[in-house]
Amino acid sequence: MNESTIDFTLPLKRTGEPLIELRGVSRQFGQQEVLREVSLSVFAGETLAVIGESGCGKSVTLKLIMALLQPTSGTVNWEGRPVSTRSAAEQDRDRLKFGYVFQGAALFDSLDVYENIAFGLRENRAIPEQDIRDIVRARLIEVGLSERICSKKPAELSGGMRKRVGLARALALEPEIMLYDEPTTGLDPIMTGVINGLVRQTRERRPVTSLVVTHEMTTVRNVADRVVMLLPLSRLGNDERQVVFEGTVDELFSSSDPRVEQFVRGQAGDRMQEHLMVEAG
Amino acid sequence: MSSVPISDPRVSPIHWIGGAVLRTVEAVGDFALFSLAMVRQLTVGRPRRRVLLQNMYRIGVGSIPVVVVTGVFIGMVLAVQGYDQFHMLRMETHIGAVINVSLVKELGPVLAATMLAGRVGSAMAAELGTMRVTEQIEAMRALGANPVRQLVVPRFLACFLLIPLLTLVADAVGILGGWFLSTQVLDINGFFYWEHSREFVTVFDVVTGLVKSVFFGGAIALIACYHGFHCGAGAEGVGRAATISFVFSFVAILAIDFFLGMFLNTVYQLSFPTAPSLI
Repeated sequence: MNESTIDFTLPLKRTGEPLIELRGVSRQFGQQEVLREVSLSVFAGETLAVIGESGCGKSVTLKLIMALLQPTSGTVNWEGRPVSTRSAAEQDRDRLKFGYVFQGAALFDSLDVYENIAFGLRENRAIPEQDIRDIVRARLIEVGLSERICSKKPAELSGGMRKRVGLARALALEPEIMLYDEPTTGLDPIMTGVINGLVRQTRERRPVTSLVVTHEMTTVRNVADRVVMLLPLSRLGNDERQVVFEGTVDELFSSSDPRVEQFVRGQAGDRMQEHLMVEAG
Repeated sequence: MSSVPISDPRVSPIHWIGGAVLRTVEAVGDFALFSLAMVRQLTVGRPRRRVLLQNMYRIGVGSIPVVVVTGVFIGMVLAVQGYDQFHMLRMETHIGAVINVSLVKELGPVLAATMLAGRVGSAMAAELGTMRVTEQIEAMRALGANPVRQLVVPRFLACFLLIPLLTLVADAVGILGGWFLSTQVLDINGFFYWEHSREFVTVFDVVTGLVKSVFFGGAIALIACYHGFHCGAGAEGVGRAATISFVFSFVAILAIDFFLGMFLNTVYQLSFPTAPSLI
């Protein structure tokens, strides 16, 4: 992709084909349907937040986008071309355009911080060790960590540090698209601010398109250009769309849809008596 | 796909049996594909030396103490159990032949494999299961690495290459244990003990044991890695993967032992037609 054609400042240029597109994607695990006919688009340079309550399929959406999972039906397109038409080798190669920050960081337990960040470079780039060292150092500094933690194992790090190392690892391969799976979940408010700042900083410093899965409104306010809200299928009728909202951040907070309003304001409402709803079928 | 879940109490036994058969066929197919993927990765390139050595150390060197202890006891138990019968026939000095043939052909390889399945197989399944549950395996794919090449190939090679050595250790210490108890405690003449052993234990017996062990090692690694990669969610899933891995490995060891034993016996008879049957 030609970087000069992308405008990284707001308002977004949403011209041409989306960089990533889900068309009528459904995903089932055994008998359990998690996503049903979901369609959404991500345009180059934008930061899209996917929100929704736990179990609505946000993380599954990210994994489908990155082809870590295959859809039961529907199509996932990368740069206008269906993923399913690419060979496995092509998928592996194109997957390197993505950087994935996992919910629990997913750092490799048996490797220290240095080896974790260097992992993708060792696998995919034939570069000398000195260059790997320089990249690891640069990425650590970028996420605000000291080189002194290089020899530490993931178990010795705090939750916030693990997330930052996970971000540094994802950035090491200079991805074009960043996928964040609940990057601030389980962190204190200060660390949440730090991570939100890093997501924003990543986008400001490099030509990346970002997709952030979250259920935290502070993250949505801080990082998103556009928002998509999913609802769990258990709360939907057979004919209802799973994407219940798609719009800007301002539109999200002023939405009059009671389902959106309930989520944005964190109102328990009828969910306190969820068991009655389940029993009633 | 059926709209009636298998767990539905209203389903008939036919449904249940059909479901179980389908799940079994699916699991066997999955395992075959997993094994093929491992073989493919094995041919694509070698694993990193450091990773392979780490696995070899953990799997091979780490298993020596437990193999030594159990091997010694098995040798001594064989001596104790066999002594009375041989004593009644006044053939005590022949006990060495029975102990040593049993050890090199059957008990050495099976014992080493069982220890490997219990100590290493379960740990591998739990470790890979934890990696799956914590999304580390997906992270590997996201970083452009093939998890089978990274995680399964080195474990498979370590088990496959080192189990013959563990088997030799089990054979050696078992033989020593049997000799010690027979000659030092049960007062059997040492010279005739070894002389009769030499008459009955052939190189083919030792090779039979080693060939079996290689298959055991490969099966243990594949079963453990498969269950780790297909582990269910949470701590329960990881625990279940470890348990199932041991149970399946043990069953596989016994099944391979039987079928390979029959096969090797046929090979022996074809190679040495005048020799007595090995069974």
